[in-house]
Amino acid sequence: MVVREKILDLVISCFKRHGAKGMDTPAFELKETLTEKYGEDSGLMYDLKDQGGELLSLRYDLTVPFARYLAMNKVKKMKRYHVGKVWRRESPTIVQGRYREFCQCDFDIAGQFDPMIPDAECLKIMCEILSGLQLGDFLIKVNDRRIVDGMFAVCGVPESKFRAICSSIDKLDKMAWKDVRHEMVVKKGLAPEVADRIGDYVQCHGGVSLVEQMFQDPRLSQNKQALEGLGDLKLLFEYLTLFGIADKISFDLSLARGLDYYTGVIYEAVLLQTPTQAGEEPLNVGSVAAGGR
Amino acid sequence: MAERAALEELIEEEVAKLLKLKAQLGPDESKQKFVLKTPKGTRDYSPRQMAVREKVFDVIIRCFKRHGAEVIDTPVFELKETLMGKYGEDSKLIYDLKDQGGELLSLRYDLTVPFARYLAMNKLTNIKRYHIAKVYRRDNPAMTRGRYREFYQCDFDIAGNFDPMIPDAECLKIMCEILSSLQIGDFLVKVNDRRILDGMFAICGVSDSKFRTICSSVDKLDKVSWEEVKNEMVGEKGLAPEVADRIGDYVQQHGGVSLVEQLLQDPKLSQNKQALEGLGDLKLLFEYLTLFGIDDKISFDLSLARGLDYYTGVIYEAVLLQTPAQAGEEPLGVGSVAAGGRYDGLVGMFDPKGRKVPCVGLSIGVERIFSIVEQRLEALEEKIRTTETQVLVASAQKKLLEERLKLVSELWDAGIKAELLYKKNPKLLNQLQYCEEAGIPLVAIIGEQELKDGVIKLRSVTSREEVDVRREDLVEEIKRRTGQPLCIC
Repeated sequence: MVVREKILDLVISCFKRHGAKGMDTPAFELKETLTEKYGEDSGLMYDLKDQGGELLSLRYDLTVPFARYLAMNKVKKMKRYHVGKVWRRESPTIVQGRYREFCQCDFDIAGQFDPMIPDAECLKIMCEILSGLQLGDFLIKVNDRRIVDGMFAVCGVPESKFRAICSSIDKLDKMAWKDVRHEMVVKKGLAPEVADRIGDYVQCHGGVSLVEQMFQDPRLSQNKQALEGLGDLKLLFEYLTLFGIADKISFDLSLARGLDYYTGVIYEAVLLQTPTQAGEEPLNVGSVAAGGR
Repeated sequence: MAERAALEELIEEEVAKLLKLKAQLGPDESKQKFVLKTPKGTRDYSPRQMAVREKVFDVIIRCFKRHGAEVIDTPVFELKETLMGKYGEDSKLIYDLKDQGGELLSLRYDLTVPFARYLAMNKLTNIKRYHIAKVYRRDNPAMTRGRYREFYQCDFDIAGNFDPMIPDAECLKIMCEILSSLQIGDFLVKVNDRRILDGMFAICGVSDSKFRTICSSVDKLDKVSWEEVKNEMVGEKGLAPEVADRIGDYVQQHGGVSLVEQLLQDPKLSQNKQALEGLGDLKLLFEYLTLFGIDDKISFDLSLARGLDYYTGVIYEAVLLQTPAQAGEEPLGVGSVAAGGRYDGLVGMFDPKGRKVPCVGLSIGVERIFSIVEQRLEALEEKIRTTETQVLVASAQKKLLEERLKLVSELWDAGIKAELLYKKNPKLLNQLQYCEEAGIPLVAIIGEQELKDGVIKLRSVTSREEVDVRREDLVEEIKRRTGQPLCIC
C-alpha cells in the first residue's frame, strides 16, 4: 500500500497540475449502459446475479462510465481524472501484472476545441508521469484510427473485416509478423496479397518525417480518411515539439488498439527496459499507458 | 479451403452492403431507447462532491496515522462462502455476482469480514490497520437520508491479544478526535456491551433462540418509539408481554459511570455472570476514557444493541446531537455517524484450527458526513474549488498559441499547476472569465511587445493588478505568490 500510495500520489498530482477535476462513479452500471461498447472484449464482463432488481455489471473501464456521466448531466466540456478499480474476467497471469481486478488512472478532456491541443496535452501528461515514476526509458507509439482504416482500404481489406484485421494487427507487439499474417490469412480469410500489402505498411515507424513520407505515399495519399489522420498527426508533432517531448514519440503504423470507440489519434506507452536486479528475469509488463480520441 | 474462404468473404461483403443499406433507412429505434442513470441506490461523485470527500478523508486519515495505523486494501468481491453466515439477518442484503462458470462471488458487505479473512489467511496475530473503501448492501435506500446501496466506510481496527480495554479506549478516543475535527456539531457516543445485553435478556426471560432477533428489535429504539418496538417483539416475534416489559425497564436507562456502578448492584443483573463481565469491562473502560479526557462525550446506554452478529464485547455508536441546519430548514435526520465494537470470535471462524485473534474497531459513516460538511460549506458561503490550478497561461493577441504552449510546458516542468485554453486565438476576456469561474488566482499574459522585452505580464485575478516579470523569474514569482515551496522535492 505504501508503494501504491506513492505512485498514485505522483499520478494524481500530475493530473491536478494540468487542472483536472476529480470524479467518481459506482463500481457497477446498468448492464445496458455497458453492453455493446467494447467490441470483441464484451465477453469479459462480470455480471451481477439477477436478484429481482435492475440488471447490473461491474464496470469494465472508466471511459464508458465517463461518457454516461457526460450525457446524463448534459455536460459539454470537462477535464477530469478518475482513479478507480475496474473488473475484467480475463485469464489473469499475475507475473505479467494482469489481474481481474485492477486500478486504472484515467485523464480525459471532453469538449469541442481547436484541433490537437488537448490531444498533445494528454501525451505531455503521459510523459510527465512516466518520467516522474522513474521506471526507466519509455517510448510512446502514436497512430490514428483513420490512418489504420485508410491503410486497410488501400490494401484491399473488405470493410466487413476491418475490425477483425485490426484486432490481429494489434497483436504485433506480442507476436511476430509472420504469425499475425498467418492468423489474418488462415483464420480470418484475408487474401495473402492483401496481407502482404498491409505488411509493407505496418512494419514502418519513425518520427514526423515518416508522417511526411506517408503524405507522399502513392496509395495512401489517395485515401481521404488517411490524409485527415496524417494531417492531424503532423499538427500533433508540432505541438509535441513545443512541449519538448517529440523525442519520446514514435509514429508506428502497427499500433491498432483493441477498443471499438477510438475515432482519431491513438497512443500506447511501452517501457524500453525495466530496471531489474542482476540475473533476474525482466518483468515483461507490456504497455504501461494508453489512450486516444 | 481457398474456395470456402472466398465464399465466406463474398457472403460477408454482401451482408455488409445490406447493413449499409439498412443504416440508410434511418437509425434503429430499438437501440436508442435506454435509460441514462446510475443503478438504484448509487451515485456519481461530481468534482464538487469529490472536493468535499477529499477534505473529509484527509481529516480521517491524518487521525488514523496519528494513532500509528497501517493501511490495507482488499478486493471488492469475496468468495461467497467467506461472507456467508457472518451477518445474521442482514445476509439477504448481500449482492451476489452471477454464476459465470467460475468461483461464486459476492460484493463485500463491510470491511470487517474481509479484514478477518486477511488476518486468518496471512496468519497475522496482531495489526493496527485502517481501510477506506466502498461496501455494498441491497438495502432499500432513502437517499435523502444519506442511505445508499454503495457507500464508503472508513474503518480502523486493532487486532491482537492485549491487556483489557486499552485498545477499546483508543478506538473511542479516535472516534471523538475525528468527529470533533470535522466540526459537524455536538455528538454523543453511546456505549454498551454484548454480554450485558445477553445477560439482560436472560434474566428478563427471553429464550436463547430469540436472543438475536430480540436484539434486532431493541436496535431500532434509536429510530422508533418503545411502543413500536414492544409491539414488534410481542406481536411479530412472539415474546411474552411481561418479558417485554422487564426489558423495557432496563433499555430506557442511560448515564455515565454511575449507571455502571448502579447496575453492578442490580439484584437481578448481578446474578448473571456474563452481565457482570460486561459491567466490569465498562467500568475499566470509563477509567481510561476519563484519562483520555473524553468521558463527558460517552453515555452508557442499555438500548444500544447494534445489528451485526459478530460483536462479542463492548459496542458503541456515535450520534449527532443537532445537525447544523440553515434557519427554517429541516435538520438532516442522519442517525449514527460512527460505530464499532469488539469482535473476538470472527477471525477464528476463518482459521482452520479455529485460532482466535481478538479484534476491536470502529467504522466512520462518511456518506452522512459528506452531506453535512457540504451543507456547512454552503452555509458559510465558502467557495469549493474543484481544481488546484494556480495560473492560466493566456495571450492578449492573435497567433501566440506556440508561445503559450512553450510557456505552459515550462511551468508544468517546474511543478506549477497551470492551464491554457484549447483555442488558437482566444479572447482575453474569455480567458479572464475562465479564471474567475474556476477560482484560478493568477494569469500569465503573453504579448508581442512583452516577448521582445523578455517579460511576462503576471496578473492577479482578484485584485486585477498587473506586473511585468522577467521570464526567468516567473516560476519563482508564481511559487512565492501561491505559497508553494521553492524546490520540487
